[in-house]
Amino acid sequence: MSDPRAMSLFDLSTRAMSAQMVRMNAAASNLANAGSVSSTQEGAYRPIRTVFAATLDEASGLASVESAGLVRSETPPVRRYDPGHPLADDTGHVFEAGIDETAEMVEITESARQYQNIVQALQTAKQLMLDTIRSK
Amino acid sequence: MSERLFGIHGAALELRSQRMGLIASNIANAATPGYKARDIDFTAALEGRLDRSKSGDRAGAEGIERHRIYRTPTMATLDGNTVELGREQVAFAENALRYSATLSFIEGKVSTITRALKGD
Repeated sequence: MSDPRAMSLFDLSTRAMSAQMVRMNAAASNLANAGSVSSTQEGAYRPIRTVFAATLDEASGLASVESAGLVRSETPPVRRYDPGHPLADDTGHVFEAGIDETAEMVEITESARQYQNIVQALQTAKQLMLDTIRSK
Repeated sequence: MSERLFGIHGAALELRSQRMGLIASNIANAATPGYKARDIDFTAALEGRLDRSKSGDRAGAEGIERHRIYRTPTMATLDGNTVELGREQVAFAENALRYSATLSFIEGKVSTITRALKGD
């Protein structure tokens, strides 16, 4: 802990909360695009997923988490017959984004729970630090 | 000096603080694929710390590396992550409580000595 660049519990929690926020935003984007259609298979929206990676801080031995990147899911768009649709192609089909709303909701709920956990751990740690500072 | 004053509690408080960081790391990485939850063997780490301070060797954070253990998951997950949130929460709560206990022992010691110094 003597290294001034060592990661503190606050840095750890901040990074973990940011990572969860990226994850929640990705799921919210997916939900927002549920039901969006396109006239081509390539143009259809594909759900975004966050990839988490652990970052180990050698100085303090703490491991935080970061969002290593966003990937487009391989879920293929759903081809639907809808000749009256303004975006329908020559054969009368539109391509609807392949988004599972339930799965996205579960993703958001899980992320929220983990976020809460981090906040709780931080609160406890902070309280203990305050107790230690104020002890005389 | 602090060893003579606080006995086992000084080392214990430092170890509790380090263990709190480790468990917080586990909670932060609850969704990281392939992350292996870590902990320390507290008893062994404390003994190691006391032995080292007796021989005058001042090892820092790397001292607990020797007593690191990995959690055995109740059920394996597909992504290889071994963090089980319930378990980590309980471990964190237990560690926080014991930190408080150690801290109050130290506070008691300090107040005894303060009273002795003031003489009232």
